Amino acid sequence: MNSAHHGIWILAEQSQGRIDSVSYELLARGRVLADKRKHPLTAVILGANLPDSELQQLIARGADRVLHASAAELAIFSPEPYSACLCALIKEEKPEIMLAAATSSGRTVMPYIAGKLRLGLTADCTDLDIEADSGLLLQTRPAAGGNIMATIKTPTERPQMATVRPHSSRPAEPKPGRQGEIRRWEPPAALLGSRVRRVSFEKAPDERGIQDAEVVIAIGRGIKKAENMSLPRKLAELLDAAVGASREAVDRGWVPYPSQVGLSGKTVSPKVYLAAGISGAVQHLAGMQTSDTIIAINTDPEAPIFQYSELAICGDLFTILPLLAEKIEASRKQS
Amino acid sequence: MNILVLIKQVPESQATRMDESTGTLVREAANSVINPLDLHALECALILREQSAATVNIDCLSMGPLAAVSVLKEAIALGADQGYLLSDRKFAGSDTWCTAKTLAAAIAKIGSYDLILCGERATDGETGQTGPALAAMLDLPVLTYASAIKRSADAWQVRRMLEDGYETVETTGPAVVCILKEASVPRLPTLAGKRRARAAECRIINAEELGIDPADTGLNASPTRVVSIFRPNHLKQSERLSALDPAGAEQAVDKIIAIFRQKGVL
Ligand SMILES: Cc1cc2nc3c(=O)[nH]c(=O)nc-3n(C[C@H](O)[C@H](O)[C@H](O)COP(=O)(O)OP(=O)(O)OC[C@H]3O[C@@H](n4cnc5c(N)ncnc54)[C@H](O)[C@@H]3O)c2cc1C
Ligand SMILES: Nc1ncnc2c1ncn2[C@@H]1O[C@H](COP(=O)(O)O)[C@@H](O)[C@H]1O
Repeated sequence: MNSAHHGIWILAEQSQGRIDSVSYELLARGRVLADKRKHPLTAVILGANLPDSELQQLIARGADRVLHASAAELAIFSPEPYSACLCALIKEEKPEIMLAAATSSGRTVMPYIAGKLRLGLTADCTDLDIEADSGLLLQTRPAAGGNIMATIKTPTERPQMATVRPHSSRPAEPKPGRQGEIRRWEPPAALLGSRVRRVSFEKAPDERGIQDAEVVIAIGRGIKKAENMSLPRKLAELLDAAVGASREAVDRGWVPYPSQVGLSGKTVSPKVYLAAGISGAVQHLAGMQTSDTIIAINTDPEAPIFQYSELAICGDLFTILPLLAEKIEASRKQS
Repeated sequence: MNILVLIKQVPESQATRMDESTGTLVREAANSVINPLDLHALECALILREQSAATVNIDCLSMGPLAAVSVLKEAIALGADQGYLLSDRKFAGSDTWCTAKTLAAAIAKIGSYDLILCGERATDGETGQTGPALAAMLDLPVLTYASAIKRSADAWQVRRMLEDGYETVETTGPAVVCILKEASVPRLPTLAGKRRARAAECRIINAEELGIDPADTGLNASPTRVVSIFRPNHLKQSERLSALDPAGAEQAVDKIIAIFRQKGVL
């Protein structure tokens, strides 16, 4: 039964005909699995007639094949036509593994497909691997409030399905000149019906999110009060960085919720994560430990965050942060 | 009109124990409560009833150990009409596919609903997969991430929270809607409600009565298997600096700047 299934799929996402960068994170994940399994990597993308130039992006970043289901009804995400088209493609091509992003659409369509096709599905994975002897997909996700990691397998049902936490890995870089095949598919009308009608859409104001920043200055309860937030804000401005926060700082109203990092906030993986006045609770670590370099500033030499940092500074953030801003400004003036 | 609210019993504290041999949560260990988002779903149902000119019947359905009767009674105290509990050892260890399948079998048996509400996710499993999987099995549309729901003419109108904004969608027939925290503010039970709950009889349904195929429910039927659980370990070889005196602080700041330069962010 299993041997009939072959190939690794990622479900790419687009908005207004442009590929979303979360697709490139999935390609990075999928490429590793495809190489280990020695299977081709296919990026499946639904939309309304995306141009080849856009689809080529998926190939440049690691897909061997692009499978584009194209119809006006697929321009924006809608669970019924998306799932009907994907179910049809899965039945026809029989992939072995299918990954989607744990976004509002991925977390809707994947369980809908799993429900229809009797498939196993693991939500919000932060780590994926192939088990050496069995070739099975190992799906690891935080469980029990982040205190525990659980690794999950799907022994028999195919494809093995998982949603992957956005920003839990880096997007694949483009390799110009990489070759791949593009298959365009126009689904029959019977697959495109929906009982749900979109009435309107209000776009949220665009703000530079903490998930896009190369540097995150993260603040915890150690900052003590709202007025002190000018310290990290100034530093963030100097570095074109974003300000992140622990839940303690968010719950006290010092930093808005969209900037919360951790299990019940966002996952970030910037080049540098500077945590000041944060103890390093597991729930906080769940949202930042994939950062490239972690620097921690804490007065408590026993703070758990130190064990997860490349640079552990036992010191007072009220001394270090202003001094850091001062030195950066001074070095700028010199050059 | 009939509304069904799906209610899961979850451990109150975050200090959940896991059974290392089966990889499942030990539910008896902690004090159990209604999954917080299910309270928001129930509140949406109660508000829809208050706003409706027609009679609205609100049923609650839960799958879990016998002790889960208490969360159904709590729902009745808040205003629900009837509680159904699916309880049987044969259901134990179900993953989200099997849970949805068992709930779907029960819904086919107990009634026909114009609206099925569930929480966006439960605090224990945190998968958020049950609602959409159930909708697929019942062949109903699913509206996830609902931050508001109302009846508009003869349609359910739902505001959905997406990554880049809010979308409003409508559907006329029955649907499964997964509720977010911002959809409502749960009320407190009244004294009369508590009295009613005490007197209420919840219907308990076992596997045999449900007539579900053993191949569709419980640990062994579940497509997914937890194979290991471990404590997260991302310990690093840290370079440690003491910056409690001015010289130490200078040195620490220079080191931070060196890292910024090395990473190309300064
Ligand atoms: C289900 C669940 C989900 C959660 N989700 C999240 C989440 O998404 N994100 C999150 O962050 N937390 C989350 N938490 C909360 C988490 O458990 C911790 O309570 C929280 O991360 C602690 O925040 P903190 O480090 O700012 O505060 P504390 O733990 O109080 O630490 C403050 C630190 O500041 C240091 N400090 C004090 N003064 C100074 C100074 N002058 N200079 C330098 N250091 C100083 C102290 O030594 C201390 O280490 C969650 C908890 C649960 C149960
Ligand atoms: N055992 C259960 N009994 C009743 N409802 C459930 C059960 N499991 C999940 N649900 C519903 O599905 C929602 C999402 O749960 P989950 O998929 O476990 O995160 C919950 O908020 C409940 O409304």
